[in-house]
Amino acid sequence: MLRFLEILGTFAKNQIITLINFTKLFLDTLFWIFVAPFTRRRYLKRESIFYQMVFMGLRSVIIVFFVTFFTGFVLAMQAAYQLKQVGAVVYVASLVAVSLARELGPVLTALVVAGRVGAAITAEIGSMSVTEQLEALDTMAINPTRFLVVPRLIALFFMLPCLTIIGDFVGMFGGYLIGVLNLKINSAHYIHVTLKFLSLKDIYTGLSKSFVFAIIIAMVGCYQGLNTKGGAQGVGKATTLSVVTSFILIILADAVLTAIYYFSNI
Amino acid sequence: MENREVVISVRDLEKSLGGLRVLNGISFDIYKGETFVIMGGSGCGKTTLLRHLIGALKPDKGHIYYANKDITTLSSMEIDNFRKKFGMVFQSAALLDSLSVEENVALPLKEHTKLDENIMKIIVKMKLALVGLRGFENLMPSELSGGMKKRVGLARAIAMDPEIVFYDEPSSGLDPIVTAVIDDLILDLSKKLLITSIVVTHDMNSVFRIADRVAMLHKGKILEIGTREEIKNSSNPIVQQFIKGETEGPVDFFKKGEDYLTELVDQ
Repeated sequence: MLRFLEILGTFAKNQIITLINFTKLFLDTLFWIFVAPFTRRRYLKRESIFYQMVFMGLRSVIIVFFVTFFTGFVLAMQAAYQLKQVGAVVYVASLVAVSLARELGPVLTALVVAGRVGAAITAEIGSMSVTEQLEALDTMAINPTRFLVVPRLIALFFMLPCLTIIGDFVGMFGGYLIGVLNLKINSAHYIHVTLKFLSLKDIYTGLSKSFVFAIIIAMVGCYQGLNTKGGAQGVGKATTLSVVTSFILIILADAVLTAIYYFSNI
Repeated sequence: MENREVVISVRDLEKSLGGLRVLNGISFDIYKGETFVIMGGSGCGKTTLLRHLIGALKPDKGHIYYANKDITTLSSMEIDNFRKKFGMVFQSAALLDSLSVEENVALPLKEHTKLDENIMKIIVKMKLALVGLRGFENLMPSELSGGMKKRVGLARAIAMDPEIVFYDEPSSGLDPIVTAVIDDLILDLSKKLLITSIVVTHDMNSVFRIADRVAMLHKGKILEIGTREEIKNSSNPIVQQFIKGETEGPVDFFKKGEDYLTELVDQ
């Protein structure tokens, strides 16, 4: 029993230390974004932010497209299967649109990006960490948080919502194909029902989530990368941990945010 | 010799890492323009000492003075200002893999100066020429051999025209000819640019080729310090064993166990 408590205690202690260090890194990043540019000279590098935007945003479009298209496609079929029984097949349109905009679009896009971009961030910074490159930055008086974390956070903060918008529309298009080709709903009618039930509120609550998800993915990825130890194996471990942690935090944050929106009737 | 200007002085440095006393009261001075070699066996604390000198670690006790300023009490912002005055060549070169040779060398300039892009390019070319790598600007670090990487690392270290350059095992993993080339570069730089060089190494050929003065570290203490001749003719048996690379001597490599058999059999 005592042994069990000991293990539990060590586990809790390690988690708290991680949480403190993570918060420190996040505050440090915020300092470099919001305070440092005004107190020091040009400390944000535009080119590295754009470079990250291209890598994180543009290069993720295809995979986001693929995932959300088939999600909308499948969602429409499953919804039709249910709605046929009550003879309300036309509501497939609104069901697909609203669930994508409010929930599936932001979450699925975030999960896909966590797998692709979050893993890449951790692997890159992690291998820099195990090959003395972070130490080299330090001795050149280049702060690794400013140089590595800040551009990635800013880039993802703006790119993930963009990807989410693309995902929303592509998913709706997937549903539209089923609705028009298989369920024989008139194309104009399908679009009409979609627009009637989809309010702007649905879109922006969804997008507001994806800003939070972007912060989670970028910060977890960078934190795990910066704390990588133990050679190639360590990089592998850190990358796995980064993706798993991001996934869990994304789902948790989604539950919390949805609850907030739901209970405050937004 | 004693009248020369002191750049770095280390006083009573002590540091424990993971319960182990790694540095145990180290004091020495480094003079302007000299090539100072810190040598010693693996695990004697030389890398730890070097990390203290560049401000990456803080000592438990003792002080390090650069131009009469104690860097052990500075905040990380103030240390950064110091770091602009020195360069460091890493054991693994530590070039950023995502940047080309040119971008690597230009990095400190880009980050810390407001120089025009074209002037930066010229400076980078000059530094690369200095280490014998003309025309390698556009290669990526992964396309270079170990010796070339180290030379790019050296070019990067001197990009900001530092007063002091630190070398962490500059000859490790290099063939004898490249080692000699790097040694010549170190000598060249201190002669041409009057740079103070601090070299951590256990390559004896290098030590006697480049050193003005040598400090021998052993078990966290300075065993002997002096010019290379003084070290060569040292009467200390540990120093002699180290220089000659003998297995027999005061330094035990193999653990002396009475019960080797029991240790082997005992699970």
